[in-house]
Amino acid sequence: MDGEELTEQETALYDRQIRVWGANAQRRLTKSHILVSGIKGTVAEFCKNIVLAGVGSVTLMDDSLVNEEALNANFLIPPDENAYRGKTVAEICCDSLKDFNPMVLVSVEKGDLSARSTEFFEKFDVVVIGYGSLATKKAVNEKCRKLSKRVAFYTVDCRDSCGEIFVDLQDYKYTKKKLEEKVECELNFPSFQEAVSVPWKPIPRRTAKLYFAMRVIEVFEENEGRKHGECSLLDLPTVLEIKKKLCEANSVSESLVPDSLLERLITGTIEFPPACAIVGGILAQEVIKAVSGKGEPLKNFFYYDAQDGKGVMEDISNSFTS
Amino acid sequence: MDQQQQQSAIQGAKVLMVGAGGIGCELLKTLALSGFHDIHIIDMDTIEVSNLNRQFLFRRSHVGQSKAKVARDAVLRFRPHINIRSYHANVKNPEFDVDFFKQFDVVLNGLDNLDARRHVNRLCLAADVPLVESGTTGFLGQVTVHVKGKTECYECQTKPTPKTYPVCTITSTPTKFVHCIVWAKELLFAKLFGDKNQDNDLNVRANKAASSSKETEDVFERADDEDIEQYGRKIYDHVFGYNIEAALSNEETWKNRRRPRPIYSKDVLPESLTQKNGSTQNCSATDGDDSTTVSAMPLLGLKNPQELWGLTQNSLVFIEALKLFFAKRKKEIGHLTFDKDDQLAVEFVTAAANIRAESFGIPLHSLFEAKGIAGNIVHAVATTNAIVAGLIVIEAIKVLKKDADKYRMTYCLEHPSRKMLLMPVEPFEPNPSCYVCSKTPLVLEINTQKSKLRDLVDKIVKAKLGMNLPLIMHGASLLYEVGDDLDDIMVANYNANLEKSLSELPSPVINGSILTVEDLQQELSCKINVKHREEFDEEKEPEGMVLSGWTQSPATNGESASTSNNESAVDVTESSSGPEIASKKRKLSETQPENHKRETENVESEDDDDLVEIENPMTVSKKKRVA
Repeated sequence: MDGEELTEQETALYDRQIRVWGANAQRRLTKSHILVSGIKGTVAEFCKNIVLAGVGSVTLMDDSLVNEEALNANFLIPPDENAYRGKTVAEICCDSLKDFNPMVLVSVEKGDLSARSTEFFEKFDVVVIGYGSLATKKAVNEKCRKLSKRVAFYTVDCRDSCGEIFVDLQDYKYTKKKLEEKVECELNFPSFQEAVSVPWKPIPRRTAKLYFAMRVIEVFEENEGRKHGECSLLDLPTVLEIKKKLCEANSVSESLVPDSLLERLITGTIEFPPACAIVGGILAQEVIKAVSGKGEPLKNFFYYDAQDGKGVMEDISNSFTS
Repeated sequence: MDQQQQQSAIQGAKVLMVGAGGIGCELLKTLALSGFHDIHIIDMDTIEVSNLNRQFLFRRSHVGQSKAKVARDAVLRFRPHINIRSYHANVKNPEFDVDFFKQFDVVLNGLDNLDARRHVNRLCLAADVPLVESGTTGFLGQVTVHVKGKTECYECQTKPTPKTYPVCTITSTPTKFVHCIVWAKELLFAKLFGDKNQDNDLNVRANKAASSSKETEDVFERADDEDIEQYGRKIYDHVFGYNIEAALSNEETWKNRRRPRPIYSKDVLPESLTQKNGSTQNCSATDGDDSTTVSAMPLLGLKNPQELWGLTQNSLVFIEALKLFFAKRKKEIGHLTFDKDDQLAVEFVTAAANIRAESFGIPLHSLFEAKGIAGNIVHAVATTNAIVAGLIVIEAIKVLKKDADKYRMTYCLEHPSRKMLLMPVEPFEPNPSCYVCSKTPLVLEINTQKSKLRDLVDKIVKAKLGMNLPLIMHGASLLYEVGDDLDDIMVANYNANLEKSLSELPSPVINGSILTVEDLQQELSCKINVKHREEFDEEKEPEGMVLSGWTQSPATNGESASTSNNESAVDVTESSSGPEIASKKRKLSETQPENHKRETENVESEDDDDLVEIENPMTVSKKKRVA
């Protein structure tokens, strides 16, 4: 694992961050392979961060064409129509990202993520799904879990000025410093399927409302066959209906999921750049920790809401019922 | 609609950014993406390779160019129609006066030193412009909002004091590696390669022998034809051998301390190094070579800066580095100051510090670690800066909308505290005993017969009070001032005053005198009540004077040899050193809850003392709401 030394160039470039996480962690980073699917503002931030950190490779998947929304939120896309005409978002971002750190291999993979076989994911150490549908997130997570190699799995979703990150590191061993000693720790992460199907009743009252709101939105987009963010105020009645049904099915009061929050999430579909920077930053830190095996990871959800300014970790699994 | 209001606030805003480095790059990008289109940015630095791991607007080809300018160009590439004005200048320059600051709706700091932060704080107060402050170190970060009259100013609360060390610890009784670094850097390196006219404690204190400082002068003076290696070994023996023996002869010092052991080159190194590896003779490089590439390590087969060298290797590096300075960089000798990016200087200081550490039984450190300590290097990553930049923009928007209830100080933690990684806290009301924003008079205890005006100016007015261009009055009498428009007679007069003791000044300053100290650029004025005191404790009050009656701010460039300022660290709300005068309204919790102690898992070096200690901001539990 700690085979080759870092080159002189790497040591000079990464000096300041080596002082944060050490040379061994840096070495592991330079050997890691990250798959990223779904590139909008937050994921663009995330990609910038991990490329700067010096991962081994980043494979981008996003076949959508550049549109006005992409131009606004994604600083990796230069506003030059001659440059981006006919190219996919992934292709354009690939060129920009290479520029940030020539030592990182950045490439594009075309096609549908959910159509990929299990073996496809074996090439990677980390898989990040941005703005994915419920079905895609479930399917890819299952495939990752089937592999004998442990592939770290993350989802990220930003709407309006809120964000959600989900982390699945399966059975994860890591080191952490307690006082003067290095301590070996282990965490068991629930799968994505399990984490989003946890019964709502036993979940502690003070859990971030965004968890529940995002589950409602997920169901809405799946039922209506909508892509991420393909919704408006007109959909509010349908969304509230879904919320009502979910609350009933879980035997919880409807006040658990504020209507105002749901309204925010379906009307504010454009990402708020400062929230992108924040959520993209937190996500990158998590991936760096997972790859280096150093530092306590987030388990298993992270929520940010610019309105109250809090960035919280929520541990949601079936352990509530046991 | 709220969105409309927000958009119009952003579009109408004129923003000043101070700093185009780690936070600055991320901030400029996020501001541009968020719709800001009138941004001014000040930064005096140029781009270095070590910046590129996080200052993503810069490329390798930009090394050496102005950060402010390159950042501007890079952002214009994805937002061509916004207005960005860059200034490659020091924010302390007189051109950035109160009128300059008044043109902005909000000021956003992305600075890396306390001095500049205090300066900007004062200008913002004078101009009545809100300030959003920030800082990051490794995984920790914070963003704070300062609005005159509504919240604390940046200086209302104590900031962590950068470590300064008593001179005797550095010259005679080191106990930590950082003491050895300071000795190597500010005494030995300075003595050998720096300005010969500078006072240097290496002379006086280190040599207690009756045979005078004359002998010491001789040791460091090198005759033109003196063999470099011989000279090097002579120096080695003097500082690590002879000086230690001389110190040992004073029994009193070592009664309760571990005795150092003298180290002589003949016991560590072979008779002649040039015989061993003929390094300097083989060097085909000439004196005109680029001095930054000259390095001792490759010549000794040392490749890994993270490797720990033993006494022998350190000694070899010491001699070799010294030889290289004289052989390849002779012209610079007498003018050098330590620069962390000067490889040879770092090698020399590392070796010297390690040999001294060996002598005193202190654990040795690698070059990588030593460089970090000697260079006050702040460990930094892109992610924290990106997060903090996002938080800054969010606060800036609140300020522009005058949404006072929503202002927050936000702390970015490494480990969740009460589930929070990003913790918002309401700002405090201004501190009524803050001498910066609340004009409290101060008390200075000083020996008015012995201390000179110069000491007052350097140690108190500039260092502690952070004034840049001070003016000192006693009643109607102007004792001292700085400025471009002074005529020669006035300057001569002030210079003469500097050398006088306080009680001998034209308008004598004695017990009970009240001084007025001002900085016109910062628009800051303070009253100081002088109290005469005869004696000061050398260890506890090394400066021979004590300023009180204020919320303490750390000294910059303290007189004792120090690792100077590492204020790039997060300035966290420090509660435990609150002064007696703390207002009842503030209700800061006094204790640091142990369960929130930061786990130091990142830096490989265990020596936390070398970095400014960062306290967990979790202590701030009870707050007084900003009205």
